[in-house]
Amino acid sequence: MEVLRYRPEEEAEPTWESFEVPVHPEWMVLDGLNHIKDQLDGTLSYRWACRMGVCGSCGMMVNGRPVLTCATYLESLLPGPLRIEPLSGFPVIRDLVGDITDFMGKLSSVKPWIVRDTEKPVEDGEYLQTPEELAEYKQYSMCINCMLCYAACPVYQIEPEFIGPAAIALAQRYNMDSRDEGAQERMDVLAQHEGIWGCTLVGECSEVCPKKVDPAGAIQRYKVSASVDFFKSVLMPWGER
Amino acid sequence: MDQVVHDVLLVGGGGAGLRAAIAVAETNPGLSVGVVSKVYPMRSHTVSAEGGAAAVIRPEDSLEAHAYDTISGGDWLCDQDAVEAFVREAPKEMVQLEHWGCPWSRQPDGHVATRPFGGMKIERTWHAADKTGFHMLHALFQTTLRYPPIARYDEWFVTRLLVDDGRCQGVVAIELATGKVQALLAKAVIICSGGGGKVFRFTTNANIKTGDGMALAYRAGVPLKDMEFVQYHPTGLPFTGILITEAARAEGGWLLNKDGYRYLQDYDLGVPEPTPVKRSMELGPRDRLSQAFMGERQAGRTISSQYGDVVHLDVRHLGEAKIDKKIPFVRELCIKYQKIDPVKEMIPVRPVVHYMMGGIQTDLEGATLLPGLFAAGEVACVSINGANRLGSNSLTELLVFGARAGRAAAQFAGSQAAPSSALMAQAEDEERRLYRDFLQNSGGSERVSPLRDEMQDAMEEGVGIYRDEEGLLQAEDKIRELKERFQSVSIDDKSLTFNTELISVLELENLLDLSEVVVSSALARKESRGAHQRTDHPDRDDDNYLAHTMAYRSDEGAPRIEFAPVTITQWPPGERIYGS
Repeated sequence: MEVLRYRPEEEAEPTWESFEVPVHPEWMVLDGLNHIKDQLDGTLSYRWACRMGVCGSCGMMVNGRPVLTCATYLESLLPGPLRIEPLSGFPVIRDLVGDITDFMGKLSSVKPWIVRDTEKPVEDGEYLQTPEELAEYKQYSMCINCMLCYAACPVYQIEPEFIGPAAIALAQRYNMDSRDEGAQERMDVLAQHEGIWGCTLVGECSEVCPKKVDPAGAIQRYKVSASVDFFKSVLMPWGER
Repeated sequence: MDQVVHDVLLVGGGGAGLRAAIAVAETNPGLSVGVVSKVYPMRSHTVSAEGGAAAVIRPEDSLEAHAYDTISGGDWLCDQDAVEAFVREAPKEMVQLEHWGCPWSRQPDGHVATRPFGGMKIERTWHAADKTGFHMLHALFQTTLRYPPIARYDEWFVTRLLVDDGRCQGVVAIELATGKVQALLAKAVIICSGGGGKVFRFTTNANIKTGDGMALAYRAGVPLKDMEFVQYHPTGLPFTGILITEAARAEGGWLLNKDGYRYLQDYDLGVPEPTPVKRSMELGPRDRLSQAFMGERQAGRTISSQYGDVVHLDVRHLGEAKIDKKIPFVRELCIKYQKIDPVKEMIPVRPVVHYMMGGIQTDLEGATLLPGLFAAGEVACVSINGANRLGSNSLTELLVFGARAGRAAAQFAGSQAAPSSALMAQAEDEERRLYRDFLQNSGGSERVSPLRDEMQDAMEEGVGIYRDEEGLLQAEDKIRELKERFQSVSIDDKSLTFNTELISVLELENLLDLSEVVVSSALARKESRGAHQRTDHPDRDDDNYLAHTMAYRSDEGAPRIEFAPVTITQWPPGERIYGS
């Protein structure tokens, strides 16, 4: 395995380092990294937690593609060598660890919570939501915040201000939830991000998504509703939005 | 050294911690809240919970029925006043989470759907397909973003509690990104950092489940309660230990031995029916199902595989449509991690360490015996789980008791003076320790990973589903040896920037303390109850052990074990009957 190392206290630029890692049929790329850390070099730094593809910690570039390393078999990449790099588009803190502060800020900027004019008291029970209404947004609620879509997004790579696929999908997750009344507020947030119109809908984000969230579809739906909004405001300036 | 001051500080940002943080913010919006977590909150292990969260909602159900299932499931070691509070507040908490956006699965009329679950006589398990923990955690995390008083310290690792004047007034933590050691002071601290399944090798638990909060409290003199009770979930994938949710059986899956026989009928768990029967067979409690596996193995009726003996979980008869609708994650996990499709093939499974019933002793408000220190969630023992937790009670527990601890800590903080200045000296001591022992110390003969491996092997060997004195004493000796060797540990990584080796050596220190407590508690309980089965004391002994173990740290090394009474309100100890 060839791993891109970066130790800011020691070196100005990242450097490649090679490790010999055995291949077992059950091993994922992450198991290879753990082998390095436990047996060969304790200083290698990376994030991981659940090893079952749901916590979203262990995304990295493997042979140039963003993947969850806990869900990618070593065997599928033979004969090697594998090239492991931190997720593309994020400032590197050290080795394979990227800085996701900006991403976290983007997530919260879309107001990812239920917005209502009046909240129903808990004592009055749940909001009713049919299975069909649930199905409307369910797909967008499956995002694990692994950021593979950012690493794959050609717009984000050149324009880091772009709010990006996962944040837009999350906004749509709430917009399309029958319990929510905050779509207009979120529309106002997204409208400040010119980047969204730069999205060329190549769909790389949806292709790399390990949970089939389809952020490209979310972006497309946003563009359509934003255009409708715009035309409404031009054609019916006195009408209700 | 830098210091920051909050009114209430959370250690841990999983389900319990986030619920507690919101409770503080809602109880008193004037309080400042800090959430310290060694990972970004949405990475916390709550994310991996699958099957559901129990709360009474159906008209044919009752709080008494939920309480009885929980108490009998816990082999009468639950504190019944805690269980009563739990079942009473559970429905409200679940509706609250619904209002916060959790995408609960629904009935056609729009009401929340429920499913049966192990050991529950009536259907009361709310679920979001089979990714319930994931959806709960994300809904909670996203909801916390609404509250400006909640500040986060993501990827900060807490190394010590700060105690002065008999009260907990903050923590010392390392910021991973910079290596900065800092005092985070507070009028109240709530520990919500989860369990410590990583004392074992084969576990469903994430790598981050290293019992940090339990070890912090224990070292500060707070007792750990009922730590001998470790839950084995009966159905883990053999190599990875990945959990195949109980929902697979609740939806109709069967457990089969090598002859294709539903062996649970031979273990006093009922008679096989084609469709699930509650509190029977595959819907029996986890302790009994894991013990039945051991019986089959003893009798040579399990299937040997490269990664140990297994039985089969068969869901094929449910059909593809139902599997995809009700347990899609099970299918995804089997295809991805076991290379089999449960629509067409049987799933190989074996028991796997899943949950710690024990934890930091708290009262019903989450308060520990140390003023100013609260705890909730898996890290705590309040105790509603007794000797064996029922599936789908833990997700509800973190809501009910996370909220209770948050409200209590908010009240406590409102009445306290600002943290004292003496704390800074302690914090500077801790910083010196971290530098001296790990960052400036090299040439030690021991490394982290062999010590961790040997600890996990010793625990698997001596403190598994069945235990006896001889095996426990061997484990005790081994853990002592490892603690001794830990004194000579050194790490290669001396960097201040995102030093994960430093974190793993500190986690190992916590795990070693925890494993010692588990072994000592297991030695002290000379009976068999729930998940604690002693082959040398095979019966439950209410005369001597209807009591909680309380493990205190002592200066001599081995923990001091005391016993504390169990609170019984209206359900006198009885026989656990399943399958009737």
